[in-house]
Amino acid sequence: MNTILISLAVLGGIGCLAAIILYAVAQTFKVHEDPRIDQIEAVLPGANCGGCGKPGCRGFAEACVKAGNLEGLRCPVGGDDTMAKVGAILGIEVTAGDALVAVVRCNGSCANRPKTSQYNGTRSCIIMNNLYAGETACRYGCLGCGDCVAACQFGAIHMNPETGLPEVDDDKCTACGACAKACPKNIIELRKKGPKNRRIFVSCVNKDKGGVARKACKAACIGCGKCVKECAFDAIVVENNVAYIDYTKCRLCRKCEAVCPTGAIHAPNFPPRKPADTQPTAPTQPETSQA
Amino acid sequence: MKTFRIGGVHPHDNKLSAGNAIEKLPLPKQAIVPLSQHIGAPAQPIVEKGERVKVGQLIAQAASFMSANVHAPISGTVTKIDTAIDAWGMPMPAIYIDAEGDGDEWLETIDRTPDINRICKLEPEQIIEKIKDAGIVGLGGACFPTHVKLMPPPGCKAEVLIVNAVECEPYLTCDHRLMLEHAEEIFIGISLLKRALKIERAIVGIENNKRDAIELFQKMADRHFGIEVCPLKLRYPQGGEKQLIDATIGRQVPSGALPISVGAVVDNVATVFAVYEAVQKNKPLIERVMTVTGNSVKHPGNYLVRFGTPLQDVIDAAGGIPDDTGKIVAGGPMMGRAMQNTDMPAHKRTSGLLMIPASESIRREPQNCMRCGQCVEACPMGLEPYLLIRLAEQKRWDEMEQNKIMDCIECGCCLYSCPSYQPLLDYVRLGKTTVGGIIRARNAKK
Repeated sequence: MNTILISLAVLGGIGCLAAIILYAVAQTFKVHEDPRIDQIEAVLPGANCGGCGKPGCRGFAEACVKAGNLEGLRCPVGGDDTMAKVGAILGIEVTAGDALVAVVRCNGSCANRPKTSQYNGTRSCIIMNNLYAGETACRYGCLGCGDCVAACQFGAIHMNPETGLPEVDDDKCTACGACAKACPKNIIELRKKGPKNRRIFVSCVNKDKGGVARKACKAACIGCGKCVKECAFDAIVVENNVAYIDYTKCRLCRKCEAVCPTGAIHAPNFPPRKPADTQPTAPTQPETSQA
Repeated sequence: MKTFRIGGVHPHDNKLSAGNAIEKLPLPKQAIVPLSQHIGAPAQPIVEKGERVKVGQLIAQAASFMSANVHAPISGTVTKIDTAIDAWGMPMPAIYIDAEGDGDEWLETIDRTPDINRICKLEPEQIIEKIKDAGIVGLGGACFPTHVKLMPPPGCKAEVLIVNAVECEPYLTCDHRLMLEHAEEIFIGISLLKRALKIERAIVGIENNKRDAIELFQKMADRHFGIEVCPLKLRYPQGGEKQLIDATIGRQVPSGALPISVGAVVDNVATVFAVYEAVQKNKPLIERVMTVTGNSVKHPGNYLVRFGTPLQDVIDAAGGIPDDTGKIVAGGPMMGRAMQNTDMPAHKRTSGLLMIPASESIRREPQNCMRCGQCVEACPMGLEPYLLIRLAEQKRWDEMEQNKIMDCIECGCCLYSCPSYQPLLDYVRLGKTTVGGIIRARNAKK
């Protein structure tokens, strides 16, 4: 009986002592962490996509708390809702940012851009880009191996087998920018999503002179500058033989789309144009001009 | 018979055009002369639009130490200085010259007589200066400016000149023909290089499939002091600089170091011939021998081509592109690259054109890696290609650097030996380019 009591007392004593030591150590070496980091992390999407430029959601939460304000910090996946929640935790008023979406700036479909060679190496854009200019005469255009599709964590890009070009699903796209980083030709750009997903952009990045570009692809921007003259808001610049529309200045009037001789300017999700006898180039307010 | 220590493969050598003498190709109507025909900075044009130039006239000057002069390959008028599209669809700066008359009016200073000029009284520095002026680069394929090799950095001393007459690439025969037809000039060239390097010993490494050349060179070597001929066992990539040094003198170049660190200077046999012409005949590098070959090519052969001649003309001389062609490769089958178009002009880098029938040019579907280790056994640089491909796929560039990706010579032995058809070389090349870029960026920051 005595043996049992003694062993119980000894073991219990050791247990208590160990507990006291552990408690003391835990208190002494406690890492003081802002509880808000955990709170912010909880409201973030948890995709760890890196779209914010930080290493994962935890990294973003830490950056938010450390900075104390949300300047330059934005979770593109969560969007305004998430940022409002983050702002509430930090006690900061959050202004709504532009919702962005990935845009593929190449219209070199199989019909527009005939193939001049056939590639039968590894189906990867980055490897193909390392080897040569691509299967067509345009060395700026989409290579069509789908590195962007593989990079997308949200299943928002797929290759269209008819055109051979990637297509972005506006609703699924979170504008994390992974596809833009994966594209070796820098074709994919994050642009303003626009009201009702309506946006206007130049679907070409070919910097060759007009004739060369046109010869390689029927839908190439030839840098003629017609759109620049047409634009009333100075939103378009032609640099290196290719036009670029600044989406912060663009008012979605669609005039440039109408004058583009090669159809390089794209305006998705707009209602069909009115018949030619009415003024096709009249500035329309997209929200009200539903056909 | 000697050979290098590790790795290597033995593809069928297919030297179809070895018996065909070098033919001179007619001059082109228009020559497109690229300004970057070498490793290093592109040359700076010194002619203007509308200027008349003669054959051999300097038209673009080396932009830095690591660069090479470019000379007019035909006589005529400079029509424009613009970009041209290379065989892979990428632009390259080039000078366009339209031929006037027959386009063959040479500079008076160039000795065009067929006599062999054996006497040279120049000092080593003068020889190097002449080589530099003539724009000579390594004609084996890498196009490293030759004068840079002849000026060892401080602390290094050249002990032996190794002449690369291996031509280990299957199909290519241009160096072989050059050796048979211009042996004497090549030996004078070797003597000139020996004098320029102030060394007594030179070794000519020749692979055993060129028996006639070995016999001829051995006979010649008896009459020349300090030049040895070293027959080598047939094995690819023996023509690689580091492999050749190992095979001939048994020294191994450390990782990341240049051959000069073990006292060796390696020059291709075609480069040696160009050195002879530059020093003894004042003739700059404006033409080279190219092999046009392939199993179904009508007249596979070796052609003396002026730079600037469209490759299509060279192909036409060999009987045009056969109907069953699947790929046209610039260079040999192991290290060459399939071309996108044939508009590119011939230049210092184009050593051959290989037309592969469609049935032989298919790349088979990759299967899973079975860890057999064939690639590791084949790699002549002692790398682990099976590991490098996984690292490249996962973009683990820093680990690739630790695994000595920069030592890769892109010989293609791993891809050749892989029984699962894994795209080893594709990913290794990608890794090498990317890691190279990272290292350059890091060095620039320092």
